[in-house]
Amino acid sequence: MLLQSITFLPLLGALVAGFLYRFLGEKFVTLFATFLLAISCTLSWVIFFTYPEGTIVKVLLSDWIKSADLEISWMLRFDKLNSVMLVVITTISSVVHLYSIGYMSHYEHWEQSEKYKARFFAYLSLFTFMMLMLVTADNFLQMFFGWEGVGLASYLLIGFYYKKSAANSAAIKAFIVNRVGDFGFALGIFGLFYLFGNINFDQIFMDAKEMAESNYVQLELFAFFLFVGAMGKSAQLFLHTWLPDAMEGPTPVSALIHAATMVTAGVFLVCRISPILELTPITTSVITVVGTATAFFAASVALVQTDIKRIIAYSTCSQLGYMFVAAGIGFYQAAMFHLFTHAFFKALLFLGAGSVIHGMHHEQNIFKMGGLRIKMPYTFLSMLIGTLAITGVGIPFAYDLFNFQIGFAGFASKDAILEGVYASKTSVSIYAFWVLIVAAVMTSFYSWRLIFVTFFGKFSGDVNSYNKIHESPITMLVSLIILVFGSISVGLIFYEQFVGHDAKSFFGQSIYVAKSNHILHDFHYVPAWVKLSPFIAMIIGLVLSTYFYLFNQRLMNAIYNQHKNLHTFLYKKWFFDELYKVIFVTPAERIGRFFWINFDGGIINKFLNLVSLNFIPKMSKEAGFIQTGFVTHYAFAMIIGLVSVTALLIIYVVAY
Amino acid sequence: MIGLGHYLTVASILFVIGIFGIFLNRRNVIIVLMSIEIMLLSINLNMVAFSYFLGDLKGQIFSMFILTVAAAEAAIGLAILVCYFRNKGSISIESVNTMKG
Amino acid sequence: MVIAGNSRLLEILNLTLDLDNYLEFRMNPSDFVFFVFSFVTISSAVCVIFASSSVHSVLWLILSFISAAGLFILLNAEFLAMLLVVVYVGAVAVLFLFVVMMLNADPKKTKTKFSNFVPVGILTALVIFLELGVVFGGWRFSEELYINSVPSNFIIDDNTSSLGNILYTNYFLPFQIAGIILLVAMIGAIILTLSKRDGVKRQDVLDQIYRDPNKSVILKDIKPGQGL
Repeated sequence: MLLQSITFLPLLGALVAGFLYRFLGEKFVTLFATFLLAISCTLSWVIFFTYPEGTIVKVLLSDWIKSADLEISWMLRFDKLNSVMLVVITTISSVVHLYSIGYMSHYEHWEQSEKYKARFFAYLSLFTFMMLMLVTADNFLQMFFGWEGVGLASYLLIGFYYKKSAANSAAIKAFIVNRVGDFGFALGIFGLFYLFGNINFDQIFMDAKEMAESNYVQLELFAFFLFVGAMGKSAQLFLHTWLPDAMEGPTPVSALIHAATMVTAGVFLVCRISPILELTPITTSVITVVGTATAFFAASVALVQTDIKRIIAYSTCSQLGYMFVAAGIGFYQAAMFHLFTHAFFKALLFLGAGSVIHGMHHEQNIFKMGGLRIKMPYTFLSMLIGTLAITGVGIPFAYDLFNFQIGFAGFASKDAILEGVYASKTSVSIYAFWVLIVAAVMTSFYSWRLIFVTFFGKFSGDVNSYNKIHESPITMLVSLIILVFGSISVGLIFYEQFVGHDAKSFFGQSIYVAKSNHILHDFHYVPAWVKLSPFIAMIIGLVLSTYFYLFNQRLMNAIYNQHKNLHTFLYKKWFFDELYKVIFVTPAERIGRFFWINFDGGIINKFLNLVSLNFIPKMSKEAGFIQTGFVTHYAFAMIIGLVSVTALLIIYVVAY
Repeated sequence: MIGLGHYLTVASILFVIGIFGIFLNRRNVIIVLMSIEIMLLSINLNMVAFSYFLGDLKGQIFSMFILTVAAAEAAIGLAILVCYFRNKGSISIESVNTMKG
Repeated sequence: MVIAGNSRLLEILNLTLDLDNYLEFRMNPSDFVFFVFSFVTISSAVCVIFASSSVHSVLWLILSFISAAGLFILLNAEFLAMLLVVVYVGAVAVLFLFVVMMLNADPKKTKTKFSNFVPVGILTALVIFLELGVVFGGWRFSEELYINSVPSNFIIDDNTSSLGNILYTNYFLPFQIAGIILLVAMIGAIILTLSKRDGVKRQDVLDQIYRDPNKSVILKDIKPGQGL
């Protein structure tokens, strides 16, 4: 009962908020949904701490499909890999719920008489439920159900301000790009069914080894398809175009979906199928390469963005690249660890940005802000801590010296990844290592750029708007404080269990590591300069950013103007959107238009007109000649009918 | 020797003539009624022939009932015809086409 | 009799009828009578349709009925034959005559073109004829076309008495119902054709019955020499 309630309490919250808000009142349903989620969160933490290492608990909900060879049931599965995700999802979700009570309390741009808050909380809780179904799935189909469900909830939430056409387009874009990934995922599931005969995790993982020897190429192919699904959901390089546009949704949505949960579904999938990936080195190399490219690309684009949420969105994209690199080299524990810490500080950054936006009355361009640290001190402090976390501020060598990692959350996990990349002996890892270092420099640079431009310097608007800026209400600040606490502490507290000496026993059976994969052990023993390199990268970025944005902004503007082409290239996100428009969107539109005009309009419409307006009336007129009006003719017709029926009957009888 | 088949043939020919008469008449509706009477007559002949050759009196009993009903039906048919004449003014066959279309 | 010598005529006549009896070309008097009667019935039925005037049609119909009555007598059903003459000829055909006279059923000219249905009609007629043949004679060719019947046991010499014997015992209910059918037909015919004409004095029986006796006679005192 305990375990089912973790998954299903958010669903209950969603249903109550969505359908009963008329009877129970908006305030009640929002608080109720938040409360249910808080219970779920508490239970997840309880499981996380109390379940012994290496447990796998399965809860059978009901049968689902029983068709020839295919037997699937609704089964919840709780193991250590899951419990990490559960903790992440429920904590961030409950914090976001709490935050939204304050953030969504009033609209300035829309005057709607309808109760939008109830709808928002319903969608948020629905999303949480779907995500929980995804992570507690015991077979691929149930995971796919959750996968699609989070895509749906993401669409609903991104397009929440549905009166704005940009929001609608962004929602559709997110759904469609996700769909491409989902198609790959589905192909992977079909392939796995074809190879293994069923799609339950345990059986597939058990048979994976023999299958790798007998059907190696097919296993590689299908693992790659599964990764394509992860690419779509986690906005990796070629399927990333939806993530920045998804910032059209409200900020709590960005914090929940695009920082902590949905985008991490891909990483979770990759870690979940670790038994398969350990046997398919080509796919893992692909994962590493794609992850590296994504990290570099997103960091480079974030250098020049001006919208506060977009910067953080690209930052998310980049950090996801890090996680995939970690998973690609076989260091799944570090990927999960980075997922865990990243959820906290990215959500913190997003919610802090939301606080800034709320205070600035929905202004999002950072160059229109400045000097906000005086007016919004708590927000400033939270974002500062978030930035410290993401750039990876900490004390290197602390683990070796004190057996205890000291640093903010990002430091612990990012350094683990970089060290692991160096320690891995695969061919792509050297390339990955240096690119990731450069990306770390860029990460530091743009994160500090954000802080300096927004909170330091002079305010760039007029005095009136400056006076209107206010700090956020207490509900929002409480959420920020919770996340601050998380960002600081989770790196320290959980380092041992995730990537330290306890990692093997912590994860147990849930992450499978091949015999030749010693990264978990080796990464502690890399050379000293490797351990120092992320820290130095962070310092470089900090120094550069301080110089350009705190002291000498005019120099930065001069550099921009000199390298306008490069600036445009980065600002336009390496022209990916334009490229896709030319390759996919315009041809699709053209084809659609062609078919619409020629086939739908020309052939089908013409044909239907021909039948209904031309042929049928003619036939009716012809048939009308039978109705002569003379009764005797009618009697004759009756006789003919009777005669023919009788003749048929007689022939029928005589023939036999 | 005249057997059952002869009588049945005569009955069949009469029946067909009656059917023919319904739609081959060019004059008026009364011909239709008379054709119906011819058909009933042929049925009667049929019944009685069978009754004789099978030694079963049921045919003749039924023939009496057919006779009764035929008389009743002729009466009613002619009454309807009179009503029709009162409304239409003529009973020529070419004016019986008000159900056209 | 003259018949024995007309073998050619007999052959022609025989060809149109039952094949089984062609083994002998001898003919009984009853057979000859049968042929005469059936020929007259059929040809007068044809003439009903193609006669030029409606009164002629009715007269041909009467002839058809009478020769059919003759056929009935050949089948030992003399009561039915007399019934045919009395009811059909005496009542129904006369009714037809009445209606023909009343409705001026003879048009001065026939305007309708000869119907196009003759070819189809002939085809239909042939088909019906063949079907009837199958129904009647098919039992010779196929086991399944055999029609069974259960004879009843009330046959006495005289047609009338035997009919009466069965009709009033076994088939009493249909007999009564036939009576009701006739009643209904009579009422129907009357209702259909009853028309109230203006200016005809009628009795309203209900008015007569419910007249108030107090108001029906009024005493008036009249002085002599003065009117009312």
